[in-house]
Amino acid sequence: MSETTAEKIPVTVLTGYLGAGKTTLLNRILSENHGKKYAVIVNEFGEIGIDNDLIIGADEEVFEMNNGCICCTVRGDLVRILDGLMKRKGKFDAIIVETTGLADPAPVAQTFFVDEDVQNNARLDAVVTVADAKWLSDRLKDAPEAKNQIAFADVIVLNKTDLVSPDELAEVEGRIRAINPYAKLHRTQRCQVALSDVLERGAFDLDRILELEPEFLAADDHDHEHCHDENCTHEHHHHHDHDHHHHHDHGHGHGMKHYHDEDMQSLSLHSDKPLDPNKFMPWLQQLVATEGQKILRSKGILAFSGDDDRYVFQGVHMMLEGDHQRAWKEGEPRQSRLVFIGRELPEQTIRDGFERCIAA
Amino acid sequence: MSKAFEPSANSDSIVSVTDRVRQVEIGVPVSAVHFLGEAAVFVGDEEALTFVTGSGEAARLPIHDGAILGTASDGKRIVSGGDDGKVIEIKADGSVATLATDAKRRWIDNVALHPDGTVAWSAGKTAFVRNTKGEEKSRDVISTVGGLAFAPKGLRLAISHYNGVTLWFPNMTATPEVLDWAGSHLGVVFSPDNKFLVTSMHEPALHGWRLADARHMRMTGYPTRVKSVSWSADGKSLATSGADTVILWPFASKDGPMGKEPGILAPMPSRVSMVACHPKQEIIAVGYSDGTVLMVRIADGAEILVRRKTEQAITALGWNAKGSVLAFAAADGNAGLFTL
Repeated sequence: MSETTAEKIPVTVLTGYLGAGKTTLLNRILSENHGKKYAVIVNEFGEIGIDNDLIIGADEEVFEMNNGCICCTVRGDLVRILDGLMKRKGKFDAIIVETTGLADPAPVAQTFFVDEDVQNNARLDAVVTVADAKWLSDRLKDAPEAKNQIAFADVIVLNKTDLVSPDELAEVEGRIRAINPYAKLHRTQRCQVALSDVLERGAFDLDRILELEPEFLAADDHDHEHCHDENCTHEHHHHHDHDHHHHHDHGHGHGMKHYHDEDMQSLSLHSDKPLDPNKFMPWLQQLVATEGQKILRSKGILAFSGDDDRYVFQGVHMMLEGDHQRAWKEGEPRQSRLVFIGRELPEQTIRDGFERCIAA
Repeated sequence: MSKAFEPSANSDSIVSVTDRVRQVEIGVPVSAVHFLGEAAVFVGDEEALTFVTGSGEAARLPIHDGAILGTASDGKRIVSGGDDGKVIEIKADGSVATLATDAKRRWIDNVALHPDGTVAWSAGKTAFVRNTKGEEKSRDVISTVGGLAFAPKGLRLAISHYNGVTLWFPNMTATPEVLDWAGSHLGVVFSPDNKFLVTSMHEPALHGWRLADARHMRMTGYPTRVKSVSWSADGKSLATSGADTVILWPFASKDGPMGKEPGILAPMPSRVSMVACHPKQEIIAVGYSDGTVLMVRIADGAEILVRRKTEQAITALGWNAKGSVLAFAAADGNAGLFTL
């Protein structure tokens, strides 16, 4: 997915539980005066009232690949629709896939990992999840789909903030962060969010995996992800030797309520010492092979011993892709950092396994 | 013809007929080529067909308001399905008729033609047939239809979908037979002797069934998805794309290719993107993803170069009914006709 991204059509996946405001956001994207044309793939039985020239009904048909990987499900309908849309290349600039409120985003994302034709023509830009500030806390308790959508998100649009008190807002944000501390979160009313915050994010672009800081640790007005220039000299990623990104420490000193989600968590690993690639790669592959059903998303920036290049990887369930990204810069700390978001992650096993990958 | 395959004694390179190819610029990406009468008809990705006559003149014929998603031809006419929800029939004289318009303007993903003139198409999970009297019938399957094919005998339609193929006799009320196999089945073809059914799957594999007893035949080992298949003139072999050689599955025995090694022809440092068997002789035209076109003789693998490599994949390849003209086109719309 990372090769020659320039010519590939970006695809934004729009998820969110029923009634959260997906259609509102979609209509905002389509009606704003941005001079771009979008092809929109919606569920045939989903919400109506979208005004767009190029709108295609999909059936969310998921099937299991015959590759021995039990969680390798892909959206066959999406493969077909993207193939058909490619015949109309030049008629649109980007594609938005709206999923139903009950959909698991994984098969959509996996479609971009496993299908060669899709990979050749399109690239997954980001998973954007619209969440209802008033009802999300309840849904996280009773709807596993809602939790999946939060865990999977690159961008979360926390909508209808006008309908809740500051305390309620803090609670729902705390619950979101307990599951996914890495997504960009935007508080909105009627989905009033800058389109640049939801589109062209490059969240699945290996070249743009710049940092893996929990998002809320970054200063609010300092969006470091905007540095997509290789030559960007903002040295704002001050790593500290102590690992304060452990998920039990979330939010300390930020006035945010701390929650621990019993079911879905994130896990961050860090090492200042280089990793042994001959130990790390087999370990990572074995980890996603055995625990891939539990791991929804994974990302990492790695420093290998005897390697002057940064290695980056990302994954969805059992699927991984990785590549040498660029040379470590002079003076840049050669540190490795990995994050996993998943369900009932075997934290100690993962931490112990990672420790054993550190080069002697 | 076959003499052309013999390289001259002191030549160490492949026999080439590239200087005998008549080039045609279609100007748009081409997804298929058919022959109507004497004209080669190139199917554009969007909106129009381009008729190229023997003299090399090209004439554009608009047929759809949008993308052309599928076409089929019996040599007398072409039927096409578009993302405008229409099923269109085009005859050799250039006349265009709308056979059907989907009520919800859904994409017409697949079309098929029966020798008696019956047309089949699909939109979403529904397959439709329309006979020459204009009577329509439809059948829903479990998922979006991946492909359609009429059996060589009787009025029987194979509808491929997730986890198998439905075999439907549109004129009978009996419950259709379903051939099961897990996965997403896209293209579907019957063997010319009506003994086997083969699908190309979403995975890089073919799956086959012996129709007499639904016995499975797995045909795997491809590096990429198989998008083009073609039966040899004698109907005993199935030539397939997807690898860096033509993979030729033997179907002469009652067990089909089971327990046999497939034939391997025309290896190249590029993927085979299209195959088209000659209608009368045991020769296969092969298009590659680097733009090369070869003709290869099944018996001994002898090759003739028809088109040199470019950067653009061959996306359309086909013979006229007599087998005297080979037509091809690349993804950039550069096309050619080679007269044997």
